[in-house]
Amino acid sequence: MSKYQYVPEPALVKGDHDFASLTRLVTDINLRPTPKAWYLCMIGANALLMVMVVAIGYLIWEGTGIWGLNNPIGWGWAIINFVWWVGIGHAGTLISAILFLFRQDWRTAINRFAEAMTIFAVMCAGVFPAIHVGRIWAIYWVFPIPNQMAMWPNFNSPLLWDVFAVSTYFTVSFLFWYVGLVPDLATIRDRATDKIRKVAYGIFALGWTGSNRHWWNYEKAYMILAGLATPLVLSVHTIVSFDFAVSMIPGWHTTIFPPYFVAGAIFSGFAMVLTLMIVARKIYGMKDIMTDDHMEKMNIVILVTGSMVGFAYMMEFFIAWYSGVEYEKAIFMLRATGPYAWAYWAMMTCNVLSPQVFWFKKVRTSVGATFAISIVVNIGMWFERFVITVTSLANDYLPSSWDYYSPTIWDVLTYVGTFGLFFTMFLLFLRFLPMVALAEIKAVIPQADPHNYDEETGEFHKPKVEVPKPQSEKV
Amino acid sequence: MSTKEQNLYGILAEFKNPKELIDVAKTMSKSGFSKFDTFSPFPIHGMDKAMKLKKSKLGWIVFAHAIIGFTGAVSMMYYMSVVDYPMNISGKPFFNAPAWVPITFELTVLLSSFGAVFGMFYLNGLPKLNNPLFNVERFKKATDDGFFACIEAEDDKFEADEVKKLFQEAGASHIEEVYE
Repeated sequence: MSKYQYVPEPALVKGDHDFASLTRLVTDINLRPTPKAWYLCMIGANALLMVMVVAIGYLIWEGTGIWGLNNPIGWGWAIINFVWWVGIGHAGTLISAILFLFRQDWRTAINRFAEAMTIFAVMCAGVFPAIHVGRIWAIYWVFPIPNQMAMWPNFNSPLLWDVFAVSTYFTVSFLFWYVGLVPDLATIRDRATDKIRKVAYGIFALGWTGSNRHWWNYEKAYMILAGLATPLVLSVHTIVSFDFAVSMIPGWHTTIFPPYFVAGAIFSGFAMVLTLMIVARKIYGMKDIMTDDHMEKMNIVILVTGSMVGFAYMMEFFIAWYSGVEYEKAIFMLRATGPYAWAYWAMMTCNVLSPQVFWFKKVRTSVGATFAISIVVNIGMWFERFVITVTSLANDYLPSSWDYYSPTIWDVLTYVGTFGLFFTMFLLFLRFLPMVALAEIKAVIPQADPHNYDEETGEFHKPKVEVPKPQSEKV
Repeated sequence: MSTKEQNLYGILAEFKNPKELIDVAKTMSKSGFSKFDTFSPFPIHGMDKAMKLKKSKLGWIVFAHAIIGFTGAVSMMYYMSVVDYPMNISGKPFFNAPAWVPITFELTVLLSSFGAVFGMFYLNGLPKLNNPLFNVERFKKATDDGFFACIEAEDDKFEADEVKKLFQEAGASHIEEVYE
């Protein structure tokens, strides 16, 4: 074997697919009768959703006293879960916007899926800040609308920035998702045979024809949206981290928080996409589109962001020591050895150590291992938020006010219940909307490129891969 | 629908693949037609040049919205925190510019996105309740695997037979008249 080996880019769509077979593969799911298994899953998801509704109902009736909050620890599971869910919600826009700007065509297989996940994760996240205020009937005070006190929100507060950041993020993600959906909804509209589907999909397809004059504006809009969503997605978790970093609590008041939070968000979001993708592609027979190559690429992102998070953990320790601030040093020692050491080491194991196995190609191309690690990563990221939120509050400046925090059953039920909300939405998405961005995936198969057709006969030929010759033998 | 007094909307031709569609788009724009269009299930690379499409105006719409978002955010916060109900918060100035950056940024992005999405639909004339092309059963393939070209009857140079000939020579697999 020669010294030089050309590694061609793997085909984005496996198998012998043309445009029509891709259409069938993706939209048949929406057009065929609902499978029984879907109803079973839906019953399960709805039961969990009811758990959430009951937990929130009791919270509103009784007040936040039903949670495990105590005097120093005023932020518990509600904030942990908010940050966790909103972090997961970062993968979708990252995949659809940032990878789009970097011309990573492999994103087309998973972007719809990941964007849907983003929207539902942000919905779950949004539940917590709304209910944790206690007096939920006064929640409109966070918006700049006139109220009986004639007062306006405090624009200097990161908590208010968060209101704007998360609601903007949700709205823009939703619009981005919908713009991507329009051509695919038109595909279903044109394939539907029954009246209800024709009308329903027809309304949401807005009369899309596939006109290239329209595509021209459409692609421009898509690019601008990607350009807007990229700084937006980075800003959202930055602002979430400001909720902590702008305060004066030891362990929170650090400048590393924004990049560290964003890396963690991408880390957990990719893990969640993988968890869902591995299950969905098996059930729906999507292995030709969501290939093992996709899985491997995402595992590499997990490895990179996981290492960034690990670096941030170490840097926090270093800066705590280097700053020479007693309280800062103390809190980090307490994190690793104090009352919550179990959570700290769970976080370290899940987030820093576990993704390191992806250095091995064998592991990052293995479906089972990827599935397991993707779940471990999200457990680890939950513990990260637990460690950040709880340890700093539990052990701050004055040892006499220290206390230990444990959740109550209502904390747990609310959190578990949000999975009900998430899976209910996700099942509806899988059933009624095309789970792959069909127009985009068609555009990346070789048949879509006019250059792959013979000038004379007009027949399709596979693109010839020209293997570049090494310039000289000596390098 | 009446059958005799139908209005001719245009002539629609189907092509086999993106390459043929690009070629016919070149022919149509070279022959001096202006009210023509091509339809494909996905955007075809190079079609803008083949059809001689002008640069999209969307960027300007988005820019205008961005300015509205930016000035709107700053003036909202200025009115609320400086004019209407100034509050002393930890001795910070009422016009606390650095702290206003996040919300200004978010609202600029929000308004720009509205501009991008709704501006795109506006430029495309969507939503549109009906389109004469939807009368053609075959046109349903345009969102699946069909590649279509259409020259509208309203075009100054439109001549039904000439248009059909043009499509035939371009290798159309199917040509038909579209009525409103």
